[in-house]
Amino acid sequence: MGGKSTPTAKSPGKESNIKTGAQIVVDTLVDLGVDTMFGYLGGVVLPLFDRLYDAPFNFIIPRHEQGGCHMADAYARVTGKPGVVIATSGPGACNLITGLATAMMDSVPLVAFTGQVRTDLIGNDAFQEADTTGITRPITKHNCIVKDVKDLARTIREAFHIATTGRPGPVLIDLPVDVEVSQCDMSKVSQEIDLPGYRLKHRGHARQITNAAKAINKSDRPVLYVGGGVIAADAAQELRALVEKAHLPVSMTLMGLGAFDQTRPESLDMLGMHGSAYANYAIQECDLLVAIGSRFDDRVTGKVKAFAPQAKILHIDIDPSSISKNVNVDIPVVGDAKDILPRITELLEYRERKEWFEKIANWKKQFPLRYDPGDKVIKPQYVIERLWEATGGNAIVTTGVGQNQMWAAQFYKFHKPRHFISSGGLGTMGYGLPAAIGAQVGQPEAVVVDIDGDSSFNMTMTELSTAVQYELPIKVVILNNGYMGMVRQWQELFYNKRYSQSCLKNPEFAAVAEAMGAVGISVDKPQDVDKAIKQMLSQKRPCVVDFKVAREENVWPMVPAGKSLHEMDGLDIMESMA
Amino acid sequence: MKHIISALVENKPGVLAHVAGMFAARAFNIDSLAVGRTETEDLSRMTIVVIGDDRVVEQVRKQLAKLVPVVKVQDFVGKPVVARDLMLVTIACPPEKRPEVFSLIEMFKGKVVDISTRHIMVEVSGPEEKIEGFINVCRPYGIKNVARTGTIAMTRQ
Repeated sequence: MGGKSTPTAKSPGKESNIKTGAQIVVDTLVDLGVDTMFGYLGGVVLPLFDRLYDAPFNFIIPRHEQGGCHMADAYARVTGKPGVVIATSGPGACNLITGLATAMMDSVPLVAFTGQVRTDLIGNDAFQEADTTGITRPITKHNCIVKDVKDLARTIREAFHIATTGRPGPVLIDLPVDVEVSQCDMSKVSQEIDLPGYRLKHRGHARQITNAAKAINKSDRPVLYVGGGVIAADAAQELRALVEKAHLPVSMTLMGLGAFDQTRPESLDMLGMHGSAYANYAIQECDLLVAIGSRFDDRVTGKVKAFAPQAKILHIDIDPSSISKNVNVDIPVVGDAKDILPRITELLEYRERKEWFEKIANWKKQFPLRYDPGDKVIKPQYVIERLWEATGGNAIVTTGVGQNQMWAAQFYKFHKPRHFISSGGLGTMGYGLPAAIGAQVGQPEAVVVDIDGDSSFNMTMTELSTAVQYELPIKVVILNNGYMGMVRQWQELFYNKRYSQSCLKNPEFAAVAEAMGAVGISVDKPQDVDKAIKQMLSQKRPCVVDFKVAREENVWPMVPAGKSLHEMDGLDIMESMA
Repeated sequence: MKHIISALVENKPGVLAHVAGMFAARAFNIDSLAVGRTETEDLSRMTIVVIGDDRVVEQVRKQLAKLVPVVKVQDFVGKPVVARDLMLVTIACPPEKRPEVFSLIEMFKGKVVDISTRHIMVEVSGPEEKIEGFINVCRPYGIKNVARTGTIAMTRQ
């Protein structure tokens, strides 16, 4: 079936405009401003891919649909635009699952298209059939199957609207192959969004905003707890104005890193399980906790009953269901941070809060993030510090999950939003490499570095050949300790050093990289670290540097699961390194 | 505490699965759930009875409202409402027991909708306690089958 049919019937006053479903997808995406997409071919999406053959998209084929989904996700995180990913039915759709769940947990705007078997075969266990909408329902913000081509254009517009507004998230459209080829007179269908159940609250309530400002003005020991919502709302500037006007200390979640310049004196860096001691102490002793676009995740709060025990809690969030979900909130403000923050700022007064800032300064002095650099083996933290130096703190950093991710969060100081790209909520190992690819596609001029662990890298390293194919100069820094590092750390601390199944035999990553057409470098001496980083940063091709690091280094400090934030382990170890 | 939650939802395929799936995924307990059409063609009403403390039910309400096909959510707790269940029940009832069973049915304003030599089928509607009460008084005769709609409810004007 071709996409070009000559108009046959004419309705009075309106040109009839007959298109196939596949053509509708392409035209609607173009109309919505999509210029980049990621996806993998398969039987039931052939009609769609046929239309894509001469469509004006920058199309990236991953090696696995999971990789494609992470790429689209990271593309969205660095650009702020929705990511688009396409997969075939059955296994293709199933391979998207991890990627969709990752995007869902971190509120990333994503639109996924999956092919589906013919509508008359649905439910018959047809070849490559899976109940995609059933499987993905809990891991998407919304999903639907389009069974009538007349609904297609409208549904796509609705999907983009839902994915990108309110608290963003992934939306999936399941598209049976017969809908892709069936025809529709576009002059006869409405493309207008029709979502009676989807209402957004952008404007914060005026009285709540006044209450919020009053509480901040009154507070002697306030602290901000900033999450990814501020970045999603593009409200980093508004946040900075608020902080400067009122003079407030700022802690950030993993997802919030970059929302506030970490090189500024008000920054307390990251809070939570592997947060800084000064952030965690400040939370435990504050009299007002100002949560902005954050959701009181268990990795942040520790023992939730003992979280910020002296504080009144002010929570600004666009998702009403985030408010009072895990902790009781005293002053809720529902709406868009970009609208709310300036309105609060207007009502704020500058207060010196000398005693409070002195206390914080003392914690910072006593418990800085610190490690023993040594000189025999490479310390993973050292690699990140040197990378930060070499890139001037300007790189877009993606990560795997585990120790590599925590060290990246601790030792790379971010000063602008959309530069730390990491799977926070779901904790998806293998995210780093495909995310770096998606980020580089979204920001072709940026220096993009995946700070990865050997185990995380192992999970998705096949995507290296995607980077090679599209000549993307991504850099991969493997902090290779030959373990699933974070799991090994837990086994050391809580399972009597019984390293059950946490040790892998790795390939020579540098040789793998070279075989795939990338540049591979292997380093095992601390004095060679700078040279390797320099070499890596000068590459035009994708480059993997395998840093053989200290095998049993731990991430400190650490709040053991179920403990309160001030009950951090490792502070003594950190102090002994002074 | 028992809360009756009334949700107006888009009448589209998959909506029930969406709502039920959300309840399961978030570990909320459904006591009963009734779905039916409304006066508007493209809307259905789900009446969901949930047991939980105020914070849990507040989350239920918010999570329901967050689902795209859910148009409106109300928690009827503390509001003047009329709440009704409908039950069909088959009771063992040989001819000699009929007089006493019939008088029970009368008392509960039930209706005999089917009768055979050894059984009768009765239709009873009303508040949940009344339904439970009827089941209890019928139990000694032998209950063969029960089918209930779950609670539906509406606020008084």
